[in-house]
Amino acid sequence: MAKQGSIVYLEDITVSFDGFQVLRGVDFYVDHGELRALIGPNGAGKTTLLDVICGKVRPATGRVIFGDNTDLTSLEEHEITMLGIGRKFQTPSVFKHLTLVENLTLALHQPRGIWSTLFGAVGTAQIDKIAPTLATLGLLEKAHHKAGSLAHGEMQWLEIGMVIVQEPALFLLDEPVAGMTKDERERTGQLLQHLAQNHAVLVVEHDMEFVRQTAHRVTVLHEGSILCEGSVDMVQRDPRVVEVYLGRGHKVDAHDSQS
Amino acid sequence: MKHSLAWKNALIPGSILAVLLLIGLPLLNALGVVSDYYLNLFGKYLALAILALGMDLIWGYAGILSLGQAIFFGCGAYAMGMYLMLQSSGQGVYGERIPDFMVWNRVTTLPLFWKPFQYFPLAVLLALAIPAVAACIFGVLTFRRRVSGTYFAILTQAMAFATWLMCNRNEMNLGGTNGLTDFKSLFGVSLNTPSTLRVLYLVTALCLVGSFIACKWLVGSKMGLVLTAMRDQEQRLRFLGYPIAQYKIFIFALAAALAGLSGALYAPQVGIITPSQIGVLPSLEVVVWVATGGRGTLIGALLGAVGINAARSLLTAYYPEWWPIILGGLFVGVVILFPDGLVGIPNQLRQRLRRTRAPLFERSVPGSVPSPATASAEGAQFNVPPFPATASAEGRQLNGGPSPSGRGL
Amino acid sequence: MLTIRNLNVSYGDSQVLWDVHLDVSPGQVVCLLGRNGVGKTTLLKSIMGLLTPRSGSITFHGQELTVLSPDERARRGIGYVPQGRDIFPDLTVHENLRVGLVARGVSNGTIPEEIFQRFPVLQTMLSRKGGLLSGGQQQQLAIARALVTQPTLLLLDEPTEGIQPSIILDIEESIQRLKQEGHMAILLVEQYLDFARRLADHIYVMEQGTIVLEGKMPELEEDAVKRYLAV
Repeated sequence: MAKQGSIVYLEDITVSFDGFQVLRGVDFYVDHGELRALIGPNGAGKTTLLDVICGKVRPATGRVIFGDNTDLTSLEEHEITMLGIGRKFQTPSVFKHLTLVENLTLALHQPRGIWSTLFGAVGTAQIDKIAPTLATLGLLEKAHHKAGSLAHGEMQWLEIGMVIVQEPALFLLDEPVAGMTKDERERTGQLLQHLAQNHAVLVVEHDMEFVRQTAHRVTVLHEGSILCEGSVDMVQRDPRVVEVYLGRGHKVDAHDSQS
Repeated sequence: MKHSLAWKNALIPGSILAVLLLIGLPLLNALGVVSDYYLNLFGKYLALAILALGMDLIWGYAGILSLGQAIFFGCGAYAMGMYLMLQSSGQGVYGERIPDFMVWNRVTTLPLFWKPFQYFPLAVLLALAIPAVAACIFGVLTFRRRVSGTYFAILTQAMAFATWLMCNRNEMNLGGTNGLTDFKSLFGVSLNTPSTLRVLYLVTALCLVGSFIACKWLVGSKMGLVLTAMRDQEQRLRFLGYPIAQYKIFIFALAAALAGLSGALYAPQVGIITPSQIGVLPSLEVVVWVATGGRGTLIGALLGAVGINAARSLLTAYYPEWWPIILGGLFVGVVILFPDGLVGIPNQLRQRLRRTRAPLFERSVPGSVPSPATASAEGAQFNVPPFPATASAEGRQLNGGPSPSGRGL
Repeated sequence: MLTIRNLNVSYGDSQVLWDVHLDVSPGQVVCLLGRNGVGKTTLLKSIMGLLTPRSGSITFHGQELTVLSPDERARRGIGYVPQGRDIFPDLTVHENLRVGLVARGVSNGTIPEEIFQRFPVLQTMLSRKGGLLSGGQQQQLAIARALVTQPTLLLLDEPTEGIQPSIILDIEESIQRLKQEGHMAILLVEQYLDFARRLADHIYVMEQGTIVLEGKMPELEEDAVKRYLAV
């Protein structure tokens, strides 16, 4: 039974790779209009959790309920995506041989069938949707460059842009600000907060500054289980989290780590 | 907008091709510069070029390596061959036409599966439909199971071998090792006269130009984008919501239909179809044609098909034993020396001369420098309103910008 | 130790680096700052030999590098950790690290204990295939592997990307220690100003393919730096 008001609800999810348990009976949910940060040590299972939601990995046990009643575990990846889940991967995976405009064209929210692709109209309406997104990401000047010629961080932005134009109900963003300057992180944070107003956003990140700025709630994953969940402040002061993840030298106060 | 661009990119080279093949060459033939023999030879090359077009679609654009395209070619060739055989056959025991080899094999009535091929429209339809349906079935069994890459290639090769084995057997009633041969007439007109062969050439050239324009349009449309993306990063495309298996099945079936068309045009011009033309080796040859010409360019497939077959005709006349070595050498040469094929050689030379290390991804707008003013103005808000006047200028700029995506890949 | 003068690098037709000058002395940590796309990674790749410059010189221990291939440069003691978790996915963690030993020419040697102290998680996963590690673990492996080669110049492209905060602190400690030992020089591209500020002896700020600002950290004006990093 789905938790009321949640956009996605994971129930008792277990995933094993090679005999190694990556997720152990995890119960997890995200609400509509929420911006949730998922943090935890490398190898805790954060990316795998995102993989389970979008169908890249099938759990050994458990269900994933989307919206009111849809069980995602029996659906294929493209069906899950079309239900309204957009994913940004940890390593930027854009189409390097296509231009930025072409990348975004493919991602636009429109029918994906063969007939629509062959005969679907491609016109000014599409450019009107693509140009603002490129401008927001600061990539307008490179609109006709091949995506492969972008710098690493720019590819991250392009991929974020591709998720945005998909117009999903739930955003799954794996390390969206990796490789960005402080200013760029702030801007991305603002963008995500803006998106969270009408959608749900689940972010995996290591930048605690960014998490503090943007997240409503934080979930800490450790060795495949949820260690702790709550506000940023609460989580940051939890001694277990300090022990396994933040490290003792980590500065909790925002002013101290100002850069 | 994009529609008309795709049409433009298709019709311009298509028209050039049409002028060369439908007007130019026949004119030279009429003037006696090109003999009937060579026109017929060229007609065969053009038929094979259609096969190469299909191969480029699936391999050069969609990234699907099939080592069994000759199967589908064979379907079309045998379909047309069966029709032609029935046209030329003597009467059987029950008064119906029945091919000679069946008589020799003591088959007294025409097998059921031969019967539709008594009628030309059905023969043509089946020449295209049988390969397409077979490709669909094969695709459903493989693509839906995420079989791809090397494993898929090996499976297609196994299918090619199996098909070759089957067609060799007399019990199949397809002429066994000898195949279908001795086609005498088409629509009551003898197949061996120059005028018939000229007509066949024109029909083939027309089909080739038509196929080329259709393929060019396809790759210039959004479908072309999807295919390139699929070749590039299938996973990413899947997570954008595209039903990958469906797309693969579609393009595979299309290529199979083209192969069937190619076979159907080839058989009457050559006068014979045997199992040796539908097995493993012919399938590999198609790959070599496309690789040598330059995959992912369509025109490269045409050049490769015509060029290599012309070379074969020339060289096997004088050095028949050397041909396999030359063919293999060509393939090795493509891999080592000119990976973009013949079509890519001018570009390679250009970069050699400039002595700059070739970048993997060319920026299409060199050295454009972002100005801080525009960047901050546009980037500041996220509820970026539909652009005012300046935006439509940008919109048009984005629209009209060149999109050189098909660069020799 | 490393001297770059008048370096100009192009991608095909478009020029990416314009007249770059840079110096790195032994035991120094030099940090490259700048927005995305200004050419920081391009500069590191040029030093490593993955890109051929149009003109200019790169000298290392007095020897001109531009005539050497990347593997020759590696053998002369330049280690490179590129952006994006570049490890061998089909080799185990142990094998990945041993590649570093082979590169140093001591394929029979053992992996220094220190590596496992810095990156304890790697010790628990010695026999797992690199491709099965999480992203952050792969990044740790990439850095560890470069350290195994014991380079005299280490090029790090965003080494902290994707790594959990506690390990970032550990990496910082390691680099501090290497600084004190004085043999290794480090050229670091980093977006975390905190990290950079605490470690760097010298900073170069890049903009549109050229160095626009340089200096020692305390002397550099905060605002000036921020201007170039702002959007």
